[in-house]
Amino acid sequence: MEMKKKISRKDFLKLAGTAAASTVAAGLVEPDKIAAKADEEQQPAQADLSKLPREIVYKNELLRMQEDLLKALKKSRGMRRWAMVLDLRRCIGCSACTIGCKAENILPPGVVYRPVMDEEFGTYPKVTRRFTPRPCMQCDNPPCTSVCPVTATYKREDGIVVVDYNKCIGCRYCITACPYNARTADFGDTYTEGTPQVQDYELRPAFEYNKKWPRKRGLSPIGNARKCHFCIHRIEVGLLPACVTTCIGGATYFGDNFDTDSLVSELISRPNITTLKPELGTKPKVYYILG
Amino acid sequence: MKKLIFILWLVLLVLGVIGVWERFIFEHKLVGYGSYVPWGLGVAAYIYFIGLSAGAFLISALVYVFGVKRLEAIGKLALFLALITLLMALVCIWFDIGHMERAWKIWLSPNFNSMMAWMVWLYSVYFVLLLGETYLAMRSDIVWLAEKQPAGLLKLIFQGLTFGSRDVSEPAVARDRRKVRVLAAIGVPLALAFHGGVGSLFAVVGAKPYWHTSLMPILFLTGALTSGGALLTSVVCFFWKKGEEQRELAGILAKIILGLLCFDLLLEFVEITIPLWGNMEYHTQSLKLVLSGQYWYVFWIFHLLLGSAIPLALLLSRRAGVKGIGIAGFLIASTFLSVRLNIVIPAQVVPELKGLESAFIEPHLVFSYLPSFHEWRLVFFILAFGSALFYAGWKILPVHK
Repeated sequence: MEMKKKISRKDFLKLAGTAAASTVAAGLVEPDKIAAKADEEQQPAQADLSKLPREIVYKNELLRMQEDLLKALKKSRGMRRWAMVLDLRRCIGCSACTIGCKAENILPPGVVYRPVMDEEFGTYPKVTRRFTPRPCMQCDNPPCTSVCPVTATYKREDGIVVVDYNKCIGCRYCITACPYNARTADFGDTYTEGTPQVQDYELRPAFEYNKKWPRKRGLSPIGNARKCHFCIHRIEVGLLPACVTTCIGGATYFGDNFDTDSLVSELISRPNITTLKPELGTKPKVYYILG
Repeated sequence: MKKLIFILWLVLLVLGVIGVWERFIFEHKLVGYGSYVPWGLGVAAYIYFIGLSAGAFLISALVYVFGVKRLEAIGKLALFLALITLLMALVCIWFDIGHMERAWKIWLSPNFNSMMAWMVWLYSVYFVLLLGETYLAMRSDIVWLAEKQPAGLLKLIFQGLTFGSRDVSEPAVARDRRKVRVLAAIGVPLALAFHGGVGSLFAVVGAKPYWHTSLMPILFLTGALTSGGALLTSVVCFFWKKGEEQRELAGILAKIILGLLCFDLLLEFVEITIPLWGNMEYHTQSLKLVLSGQYWYVFWIFHLLLGSAIPLALLLSRRAGVKGIGIAGFLIASTFLSVRLNIVIPAQVVPELKGLESAFIEPHLVFSYLPSFHEWRLVFFILAFGSALFYAGWKILPVHK
């Protein structure tokens, strides 16, 4: 009761709105507004969590990441370094993140940004499984960008490796160069092709890179290389990436690794943190907690 | 025989035109490759054709740069073959990219950190040089043809091709020869660079241990010389005017391709055995697929038996004759596509991360590859297109006169 009094009605609504971001994220922002401002810095959502009691924010990882995110957005793009941490002890292999990502980015057959690998260890009755979600590693030293013949893919100042859809010629060289198979190609397919009607929900525009990408023959991203981009279009308006908010086990963390107080920075500084194929020197910004 | 070849050509053409139609209507929907194996038959065929071009060109350099008199008669033919196979390669790779309408970007906004941009720039220069060199090598013949030809369309074409300069005096011809020599001399390092560049395009991909070897660019060059030389040999053996000259040319070419084939096999031998000896899974996975995977016959039957053992026997045999040498050349040149496929595909069918193959199951997300019939139809089109160009050139242009 004490707590409730401290939170004003207005703040509570904002809090509710932020929490809703985890489930009905798309409702918070108007897609048209995003499309209007192509690849510009977006106006962060106006939610202000600072008036909330610290204990609440620190107890709820989603709220804390939300706060970290809003804090990072106040800095200029080059001062942020987005990172993701995947706690494999918490991953239950439900693939909700894979599907959440598919739905968020309206991905066609053959394009997947974040599959979850499933490994089995031991023999019956002593058997365990490990699930490893594999988004783009957003390497700090990416092998995929230098091979692009037209500089259509590059690392942004905030560390996210992006594809300029309208520049990409579709040679697929970058796909061969990724040591994590994290890039896929869009062959222009739809799931409902061959049924009486190709459904409208597959032809909706995707909002990747803060632009509208209607799904039409001959238009990008059809014919392009595609990859996970940490949901730039969401994070720049103050929403956590779709895979973070759909993770039911709370295994996916996201935040600014340049902010030493952020939750991800805290996790990354522990000794049980690792990356995939660290020996390659690609310096992924996606980290894993094995145990 | 002629009729049979014509019917075969017609079949290739019809299937090929269907393939091209499909390519424009369905774009990339009919391909067998996907997101995990993004390069398929189109890329293999491309490096195959471009290898033929570089090889034929480098053989022509024997005549125009190194002045090998005994091969002088086939200099123009070699250049002509290099030009046609280059065109075939370019059409082939153009069909392969996801946005054909954006191909120009490689010229206007290239990234010179990318081996692909280097390759495209180098073969663009090579293309212009080849065009110029082929023309200059044929110029005096063209002028002669422009005068001898009875009035008609052909005469007009030849007259146009002379670009107004009808000078075929001794000094003018000598001037042409000097220009050809200079172009050919520039062309040799250029051809080495661009085809070495094609090999490097694969070799620099650190994520694919099967490609990531320093020998790759060299293998591409020897492969180019072997296959291009073999193509030239078979053309000489089957199309050249029968007689002493043909026998002599076939004899020299047979020795050249025999040496090249042996050297190529030697390089392949070390490229295969060293990783197997080291026996680290990371290095042997793709190799084992080549040797004993599902498509083992591509290596053992097409490359080793048809493309190496039989030609070797024919080339070493004293009784083979012009026909035997021609068959050897044809076998090497035609089966070399299997070598190209075995470079491009096996590296990609090994998942980069264990468990990825079953992580998300969907069309295009598989670590195996077999070319779709549509992809073959596109290659058929390229073959029909190239052979038509060859036949027209052989009939009209002075490539063998």
